[in-house]
Amino acid sequence: MLSRTADNLYWIARYMERAETLARLLEVGARMSLLPTAQGFRNEWESILNATGQTAAFQKKYDSFAQRNIESFLFFDRDNASSIASCITAARENGRIVRTALTGQVWDALNTAFQELRQIERTPRSQLELSRLTDWTVKHTAMVRGAIDATLLRNDGYDFLNLGFAIERADATARIIDVKYYVLLPRAGVIGAGAENDQWAMLLRALNLNRAFHWAYGGDLTAAKIAHFLILNPACPRALMTCGQEISTALTHLASLYGRQTEAQTRAAALIDGLNAATPEAIFDEGLHDFLSRFIAETAGLAGAVHDSYLSGDM
Amino acid sequence: MLLLIDHLTRYRYDAPVRGVVQSHRLTPSTHDGQQVIDWQVTVSGGVAGGGFRDGAGDFVQGWSVKGPVSEIEVRVRGKVATTDLAGVLRGHRESVPVEAYLRDSKLTEPAGGLGTLAKVAEGAENRLSAAHLLSRTVTEAVTYTPGATKAHTTAAEALEAGEGVCQDHAHILCAVARANLIPARYVSGYLLADDEGKAHQAAHAWAELWIPGLGWVGFDAANACCPDARYVRLGSGLDAAEAAPIRGSARSTGSEILDVTVAVLATQQ
Amino acid sequence: MTYFNEMYERDQTRPPYAGLAAWMQAMPADLRIQKQAEAEALFRRIGITFAVYGEGGDPDRLIPFDMFPRVFTHAEWAKLDRGIKQRARALNAFLTDVYGRGEIIRAGRIPANLVYQNEAYERAVCGFVPPKGVYSHIVGIDIVRTGPTDFYVLEDNCRTPSGVSYMLESREMMMRMFPDLFRETRIEPVDRYHDLLRRTLKSVAPAKCEGDPTVVILTPGHFNSAYYEHSFLADLMGVELVEGADLFVDGAFVYMRTTEGPKRVDVIYRRIDDAFLDPLCFRPDSMLGVPGLMDVYRSGGVSICSAPGAGVADDKAVYTYVPEMVRFYLGEEPILQNVPTWKCAEEGDLKHVLANLGELVVKEVHGSGGYGMLVGPKSTRDEIETFRLKILKDPSNYIAQPTLSLSTTPTFVEEGVAPRHVDLRPYCLVGERIELVPGGLTRVALREGSLVVNSSQGGGVKDTWVLAE
Repeated sequence: MLSRTADNLYWIARYMERAETLARLLEVGARMSLLPTAQGFRNEWESILNATGQTAAFQKKYDSFAQRNIESFLFFDRDNASSIASCITAARENGRIVRTALTGQVWDALNTAFQELRQIERTPRSQLELSRLTDWTVKHTAMVRGAIDATLLRNDGYDFLNLGFAIERADATARIIDVKYYVLLPRAGVIGAGAENDQWAMLLRALNLNRAFHWAYGGDLTAAKIAHFLILNPACPRALMTCGQEISTALTHLASLYGRQTEAQTRAAALIDGLNAATPEAIFDEGLHDFLSRFIAETAGLAGAVHDSYLSGDM
Repeated sequence: MLLLIDHLTRYRYDAPVRGVVQSHRLTPSTHDGQQVIDWQVTVSGGVAGGGFRDGAGDFVQGWSVKGPVSEIEVRVRGKVATTDLAGVLRGHRESVPVEAYLRDSKLTEPAGGLGTLAKVAEGAENRLSAAHLLSRTVTEAVTYTPGATKAHTTAAEALEAGEGVCQDHAHILCAVARANLIPARYVSGYLLADDEGKAHQAAHAWAELWIPGLGWVGFDAANACCPDARYVRLGSGLDAAEAAPIRGSARSTGSEILDVTVAVLATQQ
Repeated sequence: MTYFNEMYERDQTRPPYAGLAAWMQAMPADLRIQKQAEAEALFRRIGITFAVYGEGGDPDRLIPFDMFPRVFTHAEWAKLDRGIKQRARALNAFLTDVYGRGEIIRAGRIPANLVYQNEAYERAVCGFVPPKGVYSHIVGIDIVRTGPTDFYVLEDNCRTPSGVSYMLESREMMMRMFPDLFRETRIEPVDRYHDLLRRTLKSVAPAKCEGDPTVVILTPGHFNSAYYEHSFLADLMGVELVEGADLFVDGAFVYMRTTEGPKRVDVIYRRIDDAFLDPLCFRPDSMLGVPGLMDVYRSGGVSICSAPGAGVADDKAVYTYVPEMVRFYLGEEPILQNVPTWKCAEEGDLKHVLANLGELVVKEVHGSGGYGMLVGPKSTRDEIETFRLKILKDPSNYIAQPTLSLSTTPTFVEEGVAPRHVDLRPYCLVGERIELVPGGLTRVALREGSLVVNSSQGGGVKDTWVLAE
């Protein structure tokens, strides 16, 4: 297929997944801000922004970390290329360009999300609860993904979509876990305190994974269990391991379809090897933040290799 | 006369480019006034693409270079035997209808003072004398001054400035000839520098005007003469942009530095 | 002015519309409204929209679809078929000639300046004969009807006529919504079009092509108003839809960038203008084209459809000479007539035009899309006077034609059914063979009394039926 078509498909997936992540982050932020905090002045919203890596861009335009500003920036702001509105618009535009590589259902799902977004943008903000916005986003990203899984031909286009979803999700999960680092950093001394466990619980709830966690692990929340669940457990749909395996599946399929191994396959194998060798203890020994930063960098390197090997057209 | 040509064009890119594609009019065609004895064009790292003789009788050759590359060298070396035909282009095989050379182009638009300048040919005895008259007028109107104009300077702008180089003379002559309904075209080529050593003219340009009975006749308003045995003709077009010996495009976001050296020598063998 | 109504002659229903008369009477208003809404929803869903140049507004605007079909009898079509193919042959013969020896000009049948000084005449392809000698592979011929047997050619489109997707989608829509109509009436199918188009394009692959030719459609991009059509045709034919940046020249060939590496391209059905094809040959600022493409083309490494330079045949001033081309190249009498045309470049004609502006339609020689034209009888005195000044400023840029009494066909309007003016654009395919599917794009001027059918000026489309024998 045309490299540009593959690139468009890959980015449809990345944009939709990115929109979902932002919705999840907004939910985490909203819940955290409801908790009584130790100092009483900590602003969890700032940590959410840090997780998106966009604090500087935000501060150029907004003067405080008030919830309304964060909502504007992360949901509505068209100047922010990574806002939910921008992501959904970009995903739909990418879909329009490669309309013929999609099924009617996939296009419908993308187009419906876009058309509804335009209605939301015309609705007065006073009528828009944050929970409604995040629910709406999560629902539509799931609809697109569902339409893809249910109707799309299992060809290379499907692989590029899956690559986009998995790479974006790997990066996003790592960043969401990392939010905890930003929140807890100033209070590194109070490890295991009640507030910390509350925040881990919040994270699970925002990711819609709290029940799954309890079924899988039972007992009290501990940092080790959660790290295992979100990083290493291939049963968890958002775990880094799961994403890594999905990346690997898509790339293996592409390699056999095209009869050609590329740097992308090599990097994916290295990523999985790293995760296979990891244990919760080793991760905490290295430091959670350091581990996650390394993982995020490796994922970015892998995304670059996918771009060079398949999407750029310069082979 | 036997002329030896050595023409080197070097492109340097500030960041490596992903690929380069060029279209060359760098090979003279053989006609009564010039016979190509030996000719070679090389492009560093390049693959020669489609080559053909176009409707105007000029050789066109495509080249492509795969990136990443930060420097490209185009080298032309050859030997041509020339004969003085007093500017008349004879035995040149071409199929473009002469009327097609009555059209304007961006660089030769009959704007500004060109209309007035063109009027000197009114009342000329015949088309040949009109052509000579126009060429002389252009020579007088524009002083040869290297650096006074740029590659994109139009005929009207150069005329207004009153100074320019061979490109401007040729553009203005084309414009005023067409204004008199004389088909005219821009020609690029090489010139054997005279004893005073005007080396910068070795890569040269002049105009050809269509004269019934004679066909295409060259007029070099910059040197106040018609092309003779010192001239090697490469290619033609409505203006300098169309007749450019090298047209190229690089896949890059950076800028390029161009370096050109041309040497034309007369030889005994 | 009286107009020929294609459905009724005096008070009688003309035979080809007999089936539709009953259908129309049996359709209650609410069903009609419901069906119309259904059609619109379907069109919007598949994404057939049309952006109008320079008008702002909704970029996802739909071209209105009228459910009342336009019908030709088998005999009527047979004549059109012969006339259209004849014209397409003559236009291609003309192009081969004027880029070759120019016999028609040497013979004094067409003035040299009209052709050789024309902006659309490309010196870059002089002396080059494209594969099979075809320049215009898809010829769209705009035809109007003024009486039972009177058809006139309004203009020829030799470059990249658009609208064929509407022909195909209108038929799809009608078959989906009114299957009974197609059971009761035997209507010639049009759905072979994309197979014929693919076959036509493959048939003009260059000699250097090895094996089955790879065809692509080259689009200016997804912001172009006809992008839907480009992607629609690519999908139907099963070929890639590429933008300029997807293609590159390497050595003597053109390749497309794919996930598996470079893939050689043999035939490019381009939907961009000559000027943008290759920045090394035409406009150096073009970002839409492929650098070096023309060198590959000229040296026989790739075919470009329509061939660069084909536009000189559909110039409105050259148009007046098409009947002459038919006689000169084919030795036949033209089957389809031209509309009488006055060329403002000629003094006598200009005088006549200026004296009769109120009755004439004046068009720009290079205009298209219904822009920059004057419809005398529908214009105010002020509009006419303003236009007079425009003509005087640059007479050679204008031609004029009598206001034709365009036929009408019944059309669904708010109040029910009413006659509206229509034209017809069939798409003739020229390759190794010459093919024409029985049908075309019928455009309808939806505003009462309007004679301008262009979709950019509030026109709509209809399904066009040719009855089987």
